[in-house]
Amino acid sequence: MIQIFIDLFFTIVHTIKDVLPIALIIFGFQFLVLRKPIKNLKKIITGFILVLLGLGFFLEGLEAALFPLGKLMAEQLTDPAFISASGSLENVQWWDYKWVYLFAFAIGFSTTIAEPSLLAVAIKANQVSAGSIGVWGLRIAVAIGVAIGISLGVFRIVTGTPLYWYIVTGYVFVVIQTLYAPRLIIALAYDSGGVTTSTVTVPLVAALGLGLASTVPGRSPLLDGFGLIAFASLFPIMSVMAYAQLSEWQVKRSKQPLK
Amino acid sequence: MKSLKAILILLLESLRDLMPIIVVIGFFQLAILQQPIPNFGEIALGIVFVVIGLTLFVQGLNMGLFPIGETMAYAFASKGSLFWLLMFAFALGFGTTVAEPALIAVAGEAATVAAVGNMIENSEASKDSYAFGLRITVAVSVGFAIMLGVFRIIKGWPIQYFIIGGYIGVVIMTVFAPKEIIGIAYDSGGVTTSTITVPLVTALGVGLASSIKGRNPMIDGFGLIAFASLTPMIFVMAYGMVV
Repeated sequence: MIQIFIDLFFTIVHTIKDVLPIALIIFGFQFLVLRKPIKNLKKIITGFILVLLGLGFFLEGLEAALFPLGKLMAEQLTDPAFISASGSLENVQWWDYKWVYLFAFAIGFSTTIAEPSLLAVAIKANQVSAGSIGVWGLRIAVAIGVAIGISLGVFRIVTGTPLYWYIVTGYVFVVIQTLYAPRLIIALAYDSGGVTTSTVTVPLVAALGLGLASTVPGRSPLLDGFGLIAFASLFPIMSVMAYAQLSEWQVKRSKQPLK
Repeated sequence: MKSLKAILILLLESLRDLMPIIVVIGFFQLAILQQPIPNFGEIALGIVFVVIGLTLFVQGLNMGLFPIGETMAYAFASKGSLFWLLMFAFALGFGTTVAEPALIAVAGEAATVAAVGNMIENSEASKDSYAFGLRITVAVSVGFAIMLGVFRIIKGWPIQYFIIGGYIGVVIMTVFAPKEIIGIAYDSGGVTTSTITVPLVTALGVGLASSIKGRNPMIDGFGLIAFASLTPMIFVMAYGMVV
């Protein structure tokens, strides 16, 4: 129990080390190039300290509570003894991994909801759009995209199909969808691909990919363990554009009878 | 008393954000794997930590990261020096990426893959220099991406042309890049943007778009993160071809 508080201290020290270059760049440019006093400097520094403490607590809490259990779970679900009763994977078909797909979907969705950088972008998008893009609507749309992406990525590792088939097909979809999506959402949708995979999602998803790639016959963890993050960054682009298209269509339909 | 209630509400909101993970892990542990929850006390304390952390982070976001990003965007816009703005954009992209722990991990793994695939000599020294070169490559590409993204906001060019151009670049590189590097390259796009970079860069983009006449913060302000996740894929494949 005491160990967790000691770990917390080191995690916070580590976070400070990560933030230092960013703080140096910001204040360096502020004092050397812009040479203007910062308004509300005290408040901003308090904000920085809160972010540091917050990330420290957040990471240490994940490390103590959720990551060990989640990683162990990924190992157990991909264990040959769990997949087939005989413990041999010779006659296993792709659907024998059904619990793995479900786990991939559920863990992709739930970790994305808790992802702090997505929350930040959702808050900003809500402010900028004057409330027409809901914080929850965006987060759920992105989370569904990540969930579908990771389950499909897991399916790819199980079947051993080449990664680029999926990614290139995904690109074609994104380009076609861009032509029809409302203009206001396009940049935000592209952004939501990059914000989904950070602190919470990556460690758990990496454990899942590694577990699968090292147990499925014919896969190598070095070559096939990668690619899940790519799926998780591509599919939210589609789901966010779909969310905007769906809400636009709904607004149009509800206006129809009035005409 | 009133502020105490406000804090409680904020904590409850964070707990709600965390609920899905707790439910998913609990369900799989108890119902599918049919095992008890180990170290219950420690896990409960960890969840309390995560809730406190998320609450503090969101507060700090609104007090510190968002305002500084916007203040700097306005200051650069009113100063009118494009050169320094682009330098700042590059420094922000490069500086936040080069020390990113997730990138250091991925670069290490990539070096192992390269050694196993006989692309480089299988020794510690050559792996280290391969990993270091890869980190610098990705950091330069993110710096370049943020710089290009900022330039796009100033010019008001539509983002989709850049993204589609980037996709074409990725596809072309995929054809020529060594097979071993493709998975890592695709993943590298997702790991570059950290939890502190995202709010800062978003506030910078939105702040720039709102301070320049004729730009719409919704259409023009977003998109910097998208650039930062796309360019590393191209640069990492190029690195795999050259080294």
